[in-house]
Amino acid sequence: MNQPVDVSKSLPDANGLFGSFGGRFVAETLMPLILELQDEYTIAKNDPEFQRQLAYFQGDYVGRPSPLYFAERLTEYFGGASIYLKREELNHTGAHKINNCIGQVLLAKQMGKKRIIAETGAGMHGVATATVAARFGLPCVIYMGATDIERQQPNVFRMKLLGAEVIPVTSGTGTLKDAMNEALRDWVTNVDDTFYIIGTVAGPHPYPAMVRDFQAVIGHETRAQMLEKKGRLPDSLVACIGGGSNAMGMFHPFLDDLDVKMIGVEAGGKGVKSGLHAASLNGGTPGVLHGNRTYLLQNEDGQIIDAHSISAGLDYPGIGPEHAWLHEQGRVEYVSATDDEALEAFQVCCRQEGIIPALETAHALAEVAKRAPGLPREHLMVVNLSGRGDKDMMSVAHHLGEKFGVKQL
Amino acid sequence: MTHTSRLEHCFAALKQQNRPALVSYLTAGDPDAETSRRLLHGLPKAGVDIIELGMPFSDPMADGPAIQKAALRALNNGQTQAKTLEMVRRFREEDSTTPIVLMGYYNPIYCYGVERFLTDAAKAGVDGLIVVDLPPEHDEELCQPAAQHNIDFIRLATPTTDAKRLPKVLANASGFIYYVSVAGVTGGSAPTPERLEGAVAGLREHTELPIAVGFGIRTAEQAATIGRFSDAVVVGSALVDCIENANTPDEAVERVHGLVSELAESVRACREVNEPQVC
Ligand SMILES: Cc1ncc(COP(=O)(O)O)c(C=O)c1O
Repeated sequence: MNQPVDVSKSLPDANGLFGSFGGRFVAETLMPLILELQDEYTIAKNDPEFQRQLAYFQGDYVGRPSPLYFAERLTEYFGGASIYLKREELNHTGAHKINNCIGQVLLAKQMGKKRIIAETGAGMHGVATATVAARFGLPCVIYMGATDIERQQPNVFRMKLLGAEVIPVTSGTGTLKDAMNEALRDWVTNVDDTFYIIGTVAGPHPYPAMVRDFQAVIGHETRAQMLEKKGRLPDSLVACIGGGSNAMGMFHPFLDDLDVKMIGVEAGGKGVKSGLHAASLNGGTPGVLHGNRTYLLQNEDGQIIDAHSISAGLDYPGIGPEHAWLHEQGRVEYVSATDDEALEAFQVCCRQEGIIPALETAHALAEVAKRAPGLPREHLMVVNLSGRGDKDMMSVAHHLGEKFGVKQL
Repeated sequence: MTHTSRLEHCFAALKQQNRPALVSYLTAGDPDAETSRRLLHGLPKAGVDIIELGMPFSDPMADGPAIQKAALRALNNGQTQAKTLEMVRRFREEDSTTPIVLMGYYNPIYCYGVERFLTDAAKAGVDGLIVVDLPPEHDEELCQPAAQHNIDFIRLATPTTDAKRLPKVLANASGFIYYVSVAGVTGGSAPTPERLEGAVAGLREHTELPIAVGFGIRTAEQAATIGRFSDAVVVGSALVDCIENANTPDEAVERVHGLVSELAESVRACREVNEPQVC
């Protein structure tokens, strides 16, 4: 095997740019903080003690490595490619989000920060943040859109049990982008003691690169596990995309393996043509929001348009800048799955594998349903099973309850 | 370029009078196009020296609730970048001296097209830009192109801007320096004058540009205190609140211009106590 070139060393450049995407489009008040974070992260990245602690918590606390599971029944059901599930839903707190939170909280500790804030959409990142804040004894404030609080009640309760304060955000449409605005407002006000744990590969530099690096454990493990199981690399990787962290974590270690095809699945909502979707690459244009240049859902005057998705975790009008760059480079193929397609795939996964996936993850499975049947059994397809669906019971009952004789949960 | 800009004229004249400038902030198109036009056109008469006109943005992440709501009111009533520039153009037909600085976020400018925006802004009579989310690290995006159009790029310095960073912040600054008095969003807590005076004095050691102070200034009394040591005081959220609290457009205009008059009177008198008596 050739050692893969470490793409993380080349991009982003010193200004945090992936081609023309990324950057540091933030208020001056935040600039010194972001530069300090960048310096501290660079130190941590090369500090064996930091890496040792990270590995320790990833193992004994998060439960890594997560299995790479051959989904035999799903493979037979679709009748084509061999489907493997990277079981991120088995991580502590039930999603990939904690991989990043552990990394960032260790950094917060190293920097002597006294207070943690975060934004959350589906609540998985909020729960993961509240969890690590509890573990490290730091007070924690989570900003969550009022709309999302409604549809993700179980996670709101979990965060509160973990000792976090959950602040409902009513500005804008009360979803993830507004929660992020509010978290940025908190940060700019509490500059001295607060660490902002961004939950995806977005935001100002160094966040997109830093979150990617913490999530890259997914791809590194997948590579080693597939080599061990099959003696070769997978043929394709499929992951859902909200901001893009589970996808980037899976894809990044394979970027230089040009034979490995990568497919990112955006939330198509009611269909990209309907205008009611969250597919920034398939239905958006380049712009600047939340500290970086990337593809956004916006009108021609640069006003951000609300995203729509059945899944709160994908309901974001932007996407991480590195994805925008990979899209323009043609290295990764970006497609979309509608609400209905995701709901269908959600049920198939429950029935065939006994695994209840998150609605976010169901979008990746919907793409598998389209793609796998046409491929030969030798084709090794890995799906990032980014999270489990317990949190989605209320939403799913709302859409499918009738079918199961359940009116309301 | 050796031409004297409206901003330079304005600050030179006020230096002669030994008083600070009163800078008002309103969001263009708030609460609606016509009321916003009346508000704008009446500002100089009510005593404003420099006008900051906000370009509304859907996601104003450096603004507090007052200006967030103002942006939403404007956008819901159909305000666009083109309409904001048109407002400036019409204002210039009546007033060729009062400097106008457009303030906002980068995305609406980026989507309009930087060159096209600067060309149209210069033609309309815009004097300067304050773009919150363009730190010096991104000067090539807008700051440097703006200079080609003789549009000043007004830089924000903040309580977190330390000595190491300050030269970078000042490097391509022009027009004036906007000192953000508190770390936080607009409409937040009031600054403490003692700390501010030290901060402004510190800035003066590094720049010849006039220094404006803003964020958290609401009352005539605060404006007077801060105006004693700064070259300009900026009042925004307090004016925007007048619009929010008014029941009719007429009342909004009356309240805003009323508060401006009070502020104007106080900045005009604020340094008199220290003046030697001339009989
Ligand atoms: C299970 C799960 N998958 C995916 C996502 C989307 O985020 P990202 O694209 O950053 O992985 C979320 C976000 O909440 C999530 O909870």
